[in-house]
Amino acid sequence: MPEPILLLSKLEAHYGDFQALYGVEMALNEGEVLAIIGANGAGKTTLLRSVSGLMSNAAAQVVYRGQPIGALRADEIAALGIALVPEGRQLFPSLSVEENLLIGGRLNRKGPWSLDAVFELFPVLKERRAFASTALSGGQQQMVAIGRALMSNPDLILFDEISLGLAPVIIKSIYEALPGIVGDGMSAIIVEQDVSKALSVSDRVYCLMEGRVSLEGRSRDISREAISRAYFGVE
Amino acid sequence: MDWVNAVVQGTLLGGLYALFAAGLSLIFGVMRLVNIAHGDLIVLGAYLGLTVVMATGLHPLLALVFVVPTMAAIGYVLQRGILNKTLDDDILPPLLVTFGLSVILQNLFLEGYTADPQKMNAGALETASVSVGGLSLGVLPLLTFIIAIVVIAALQFIFYRTPLGRSFRAVSDNQEIAQLMGLNKRHIFGLAMALALAVTAIAGILLGIRTSFDPTAGGARLIYGFEAVIIGGLGNLWGTLVGGVILGVAQTVGAKIDPGWQLLAGHIAFLVVLAIRPNGLFPRVSG
Repeated sequence: MPEPILLLSKLEAHYGDFQALYGVEMALNEGEVLAIIGANGAGKTTLLRSVSGLMSNAAAQVVYRGQPIGALRADEIAALGIALVPEGRQLFPSLSVEENLLIGGRLNRKGPWSLDAVFELFPVLKERRAFASTALSGGQQQMVAIGRALMSNPDLILFDEISLGLAPVIIKSIYEALPGIVGDGMSAIIVEQDVSKALSVSDRVYCLMEGRVSLEGRSRDISREAISRAYFGVE
Repeated sequence: MDWVNAVVQGTLLGGLYALFAAGLSLIFGVMRLVNIAHGDLIVLGAYLGLTVVMATGLHPLLALVFVVPTMAAIGYVLQRGILNKTLDDDILPPLLVTFGLSVILQNLFLEGYTADPQKMNAGALETASVSVGGLSLGVLPLLTFIIAIVVIAALQFIFYRTPLGRSFRAVSDNQEIAQLMGLNKRHIFGLAMALALAVTAIAGILLGIRTSFDPTAGGARLIYGFEAVIIGGLGNLWGTLVGGVILGVAQTVGAKIDPGWQLLAGHIAFLVVLAIRPNGLFPRVSG
């Protein structure tokens, strides 16, 4: 068994007095796509915030390629090759589409992704490159958010609720683009409300409930009953 | 013709006010920091210029070669050492800390340079003039205005055409997401303050050539700077130049009516704009 690219051990996270994660244990192998499912407030977004450095933790709780990174700042973690596609897209409104992508690439990490490669993946963005990012539709904004994260050529990419608030046909086209994204050996964690979507694109799945891992397994082996038990906590 | 002259002189004076305001506008735009010590930092630029001139005998404008990088370095250290620690969701700490900084700077000036008014001697430049269409324009005010346009054009270029400017705008939009792009906001803020104080150094030297200054001269400069920024609209650098010009013209036209009205007329113009267009004349269109 090779060493995992990302290892969470006894991960705890707090917002003031409120505890959002209780000793979460998780391992992600190189090139693997992991799905995290769970109800609202289960701690999925908090987990991604902890990995990406937007929340600070004890150093050893998040280990990336053998290096404890839990206490590093978000910009230091980004430089190590971890990118986050945040929930709600969160583009920079005063930057154009092209500038949003370029700022994603400012770390100059080597790899297959460049402005041209992103435009090839999402051709509509090339036509709209000079538009203000706020002038795009929700689906196009999500493409920019994904492209912006890819521009840093990450080794690990985190997707937070990329289908939230989008029309089903748009969600379908974005998920169709996913294999092309994570196919080049990139590792990924996908947080998704839509359980069947999550299972169809991932190798393994973790279910969170009230800040704890309630289920873990191979996406294709796992049963519906087990998921609904882990999801809702009912027998 | 006298009135035309007053308007033209006021326009040129507006260039100086725009230089006072540009640094203020830049800092507010990037990190939402209202810098109460800005006027005193302008005066610091003037005193540093004076020190260089006295020590080396250089022309005050050549002293810029030393004062601009010095002020930029002071800006970076000030931001990383003190001001970054005050920036949070609460807007009060930066106000209090920069107010304290203003008091400290004024007392340091008093210790170092006494309360006597000082002035930099720019020689023939101060009295030289050119005649344009019957108006006699001072070369120094004309030069100041041209410098203001060049500085604002340069800031505009940095903001909208360079990777550094892209980083400034990204951090200004959303600090958290900007960090995900690998931007260390503390460093970016330091660079923004360095750039702002480099501009402030230019403003300070031009101030020190134009008029005499003393340790308490900063307060009025802060007010003029604020008024120019607000008249022009927050976050719009060309608007800031227009704001400076409106303020300058109001002052010189006011002085033409009655010499006692100079400052009052400027403040009235500011209040009128604020009453009619609370967001300034050219507010930045926010997304």
